[in-house]
Amino acid sequence: MTTERPLTTERPSRAGVTEMATDESSADVRSEGVQTVDADDVDAAEILGSAVERREDPSLLTGDAEYTDDIQLPEMAHMAIVRSQHAHARIEGVDTSAAAEMPGVVGVYTAEDLDVSGNVPTAWELDDLREVDHPLLAEDVVRYQGDALAVVVAEERYQAHDAADAVGVEYDRLDAVVDPGDALGDDAPVLHDEEDNTAFTWEIGDADETDAAFADADRVVELDVTNQLLIPNAMEPRATVADYEPGDDELEVHMTSQNPHVHRLLMSGVIDHPEHKLRINAPDVGGGFGSKIHHYPDEALVAWAAKRLERPVKWQATRTETYLTDAQGRGHETHGEIAVDDDGAIRGLRIDTAANMGAYLSTFAPAVPTYLYGTLTSGQYAIPSIHCEVTGAFTNVPPVDAYRGAGRPEASFIVERLVNRAAAALDMDPAEFRRQNFVDSDDFPYETPVALEYDSGDYEKTLDRALEMVDYDAFRERQEEARAEGNYLGIGFSCYIEACGLAPSELVGQLGARAGLWESGLVRFTPTGTVRAMCGTSGHGQGHDTTYAQVVANELGVDYDDVEVVEGDTDAIPQGMGTYGSRSAAVGGSALVKSAKEVVEKARKIAAHQLEASPDDVEFEDGEFHVAGAPDRSMAIGDVALEAYLAHDLPDDVDPGLEATAFYDPDNFVYPFGTHVAIVEVDPDTGEVEFENYVAVDDVGNQINPKIVEGQIHGGVAQGVGQALYEGAEYDENGQLTTGSMQDYAVPKSMHIPDMETDSTVTPSPVNPLGVKGVGEAGTIAAPQAVVNAVVDALEPFDVEHIEMPLTNERVWQAAHGDGGEN
Amino acid sequence: MEDITLTVNGTDHELSVEPRTLLIHALRDEMGYTGPNVGCESSMCGACTVHVDGRAVKACTELAVRAEGSEITTIEDLGEEGDLHPLQKSFQEEHGLQCGYCTPGMVMTAAEFLEEEPDPSREEIREALEGNLCRCTGYQNIVNAVESAAAEMSAAVEPATDGGTVRDDGATADDGAPVESGGD
Repeated sequence: MTTERPLTTERPSRAGVTEMATDESSADVRSEGVQTVDADDVDAAEILGSAVERREDPSLLTGDAEYTDDIQLPEMAHMAIVRSQHAHARIEGVDTSAAAEMPGVVGVYTAEDLDVSGNVPTAWELDDLREVDHPLLAEDVVRYQGDALAVVVAEERYQAHDAADAVGVEYDRLDAVVDPGDALGDDAPVLHDEEDNTAFTWEIGDADETDAAFADADRVVELDVTNQLLIPNAMEPRATVADYEPGDDELEVHMTSQNPHVHRLLMSGVIDHPEHKLRINAPDVGGGFGSKIHHYPDEALVAWAAKRLERPVKWQATRTETYLTDAQGRGHETHGEIAVDDDGAIRGLRIDTAANMGAYLSTFAPAVPTYLYGTLTSGQYAIPSIHCEVTGAFTNVPPVDAYRGAGRPEASFIVERLVNRAAAALDMDPAEFRRQNFVDSDDFPYETPVALEYDSGDYEKTLDRALEMVDYDAFRERQEEARAEGNYLGIGFSCYIEACGLAPSELVGQLGARAGLWESGLVRFTPTGTVRAMCGTSGHGQGHDTTYAQVVANELGVDYDDVEVVEGDTDAIPQGMGTYGSRSAAVGGSALVKSAKEVVEKARKIAAHQLEASPDDVEFEDGEFHVAGAPDRSMAIGDVALEAYLAHDLPDDVDPGLEATAFYDPDNFVYPFGTHVAIVEVDPDTGEVEFENYVAVDDVGNQINPKIVEGQIHGGVAQGVGQALYEGAEYDENGQLTTGSMQDYAVPKSMHIPDMETDSTVTPSPVNPLGVKGVGEAGTIAAPQAVVNAVVDALEPFDVEHIEMPLTNERVWQAAHGDGGEN
Repeated sequence: MEDITLTVNGTDHELSVEPRTLLIHALRDEMGYTGPNVGCESSMCGACTVHVDGRAVKACTELAVRAEGSEITTIEDLGEEGDLHPLQKSFQEEHGLQCGYCTPGMVMTAAEFLEEEPDPSREEIREALEGNLCRCTGYQNIVNAVESAAAEMSAAVEPATDGGTVRDDGATADDGAPVESGGD
């Protein structure tokens, strides 16, 4: 890791900051995108696959939305959390006496006040995982800057923060370690009561076979990369409002959650509250990107305090708390090697990674640098042998867990950087080198040497379309001409694959998940023929209200406007596993399809009875049941619903009502893929990187709503470009976060992200009934290596082999001036 | 405590606040205008943007007492369901929002900007929105939305007969900019 700070987000037009707008000639021309349509203008039979405007937007656009901090309850108190100032210290004492006397304070609590088990759990095990205690409030030792020490509850928001400031903590500082490689060294300070900082060691693939392939290959190309720590930065910081009714022991928790049922399950154990008397409700949630999956101490502390005080309590994280405590992403130090023959065939891949786990094991943390990483190292390529080993390291930074992409961006980055370097070493065109090694479209399903079976794919198609969009041959000519004039254009390819639609429960159970990753859906007709559809996923910006209504309306043949979608409330929705891993459409959408089909089958029996026909002779089409061969003997499904609830005349074996709850468990992951191409111009004298174009051709299978797909790609690419050029959590040698605000951590601004040209191919997934593959993470997985490959290509005349992300002006300049970017 | 009067969305509010109370907390916690959001408490993200006497202001770093006597407009007053402001319409049509948390501030900033610059270039739109962060959209569809709304609003001010739009300076915008959102 470097000690250099990423670029400030302050005014990007100032000198020294990379200009990221598209070049002037194209900046003012809008890229053609998908056009939305009003749902009222869409024929019912066409609703699935139409780019209908999002139904959630009017509420979000008028201030009617209700985010957690918008919730006001009578007698509500406010909580603030006292956090460690140091990254590693022994706690000598916590003095709450002054705080307790402050105006409005109703309670100050430390670890010794907690009367619950209070250990934050890990939901994924590995064979030799060291599971360490993660208390709600630190008792003896704090292990990262921001580790919670005490909570203060007061009548008003400002009073709580005042009193938190008045809590005195005496620390005995200990040495800190922030980088995983350092943490695994012999002299590193050890965080937990263990012999060293090793959280786990893990491997996948056949080591001997891979070694043999390397020994036999014509050439081996190596690369060391750091995949830097990132801070998710959802625009809405985490928040919780908890309300307790002592009379019936009911505890309601409104919180910023991507998975309310998972939070209910975990929190019930952490605060010893019966799960059936705990309601978790995610109101409108302002983005997550993974950071709102996990079970943190904070939300549980709010719930505990509300119970203790028997009154509603609100906690709203400040942005500073977000920087200090949201689970971070990436954090890999990797040595990668690729073995190739002179004819361009890839023979093998060898990867050794030290993964930063942070101070404690977060909810899904053990899965991220292992099964979501090592298994993806085959990329789009037919590679005979691969071996990947990972060592997880405890360090004095916040827990590291899933952040948009979660393991798959790290895999895609090392694979695509190695592939690029191998092509260069062989003096082959990087696009053609990739093409030569692609898994052939006839070879699906394709089994990789790292335990996955790719469902479907046609990788040349997205590559060809991308090459066409950038006019590749013409670009190379332009690049040549530009170089002759001292201008440095570069093109970077990223042919990525990801595994989405988490996940087959039996499989993930074998891999260590302490949960099944099915999804549940409930489709319920009302007597008047309208529909409520409930799903255990929990959208927070993805537009599920719209897309699920499209799916259900299509299945039932009812009007789109007659379908209401409900998510995010454990009291309303039977069960669920939540939204992450690009799973909602593939798994949640499929659960709704399954529910709707069950509803149709029940309705078919009722309709047959009403139409005096055998169910086998009753066909269902466009929302109507009719007797085969007698289309005028028909009944609309909405009318069947009324009969189902009247129940005056039902078949003997049919109960009243018309609804179905289904659990859908996928047979396999789904595998979206695509080709992203960045074209940049690099100024070697200033280190500035300017986009000329960014082309994204993605295949996410069938598309329920192409505009929402486009939006997910745009946003994902923006986060990937952010990683490539701007973002990075930086710590000093004491473990103090030096990028702890939006002043210092460069969340990309409007001027930093180029206009993109997007297109797609469609290779339906055979895994699920919708044929969808998932799109939420694609852009973030694809973009970083496209940008880095482009910059390295631009600087090819300077013999630059690699530059570490983020590619700040300084690093780019250093690379162009001879130190290879390894500063 | 200080007694102040604020006119919010046309309604007068008298309230007592601490001298340190931020305008955003007075609006949200004291008066219930929860449209504007708090994203960073440091003027960096712009989720809290409201208009104070017609100017876009980041209410997370403005003291409520400094706004004494001011006319404040929040997203709640820009339009409502069924009667949306052209920007609200274009944000929906262009998919210029996902989680919606930045949106109230983004729209209020854009609304002030289009008052000053009714016919902006994409580059100018990106510059104008520089103080409003969005983590979801990648900005492209936001820029599209502002561009579309500008065309829509210009067309509404003075419809031209030749398909272009007549601006205040009398010039005709016929440079291919979309006149109707969704139609380009």
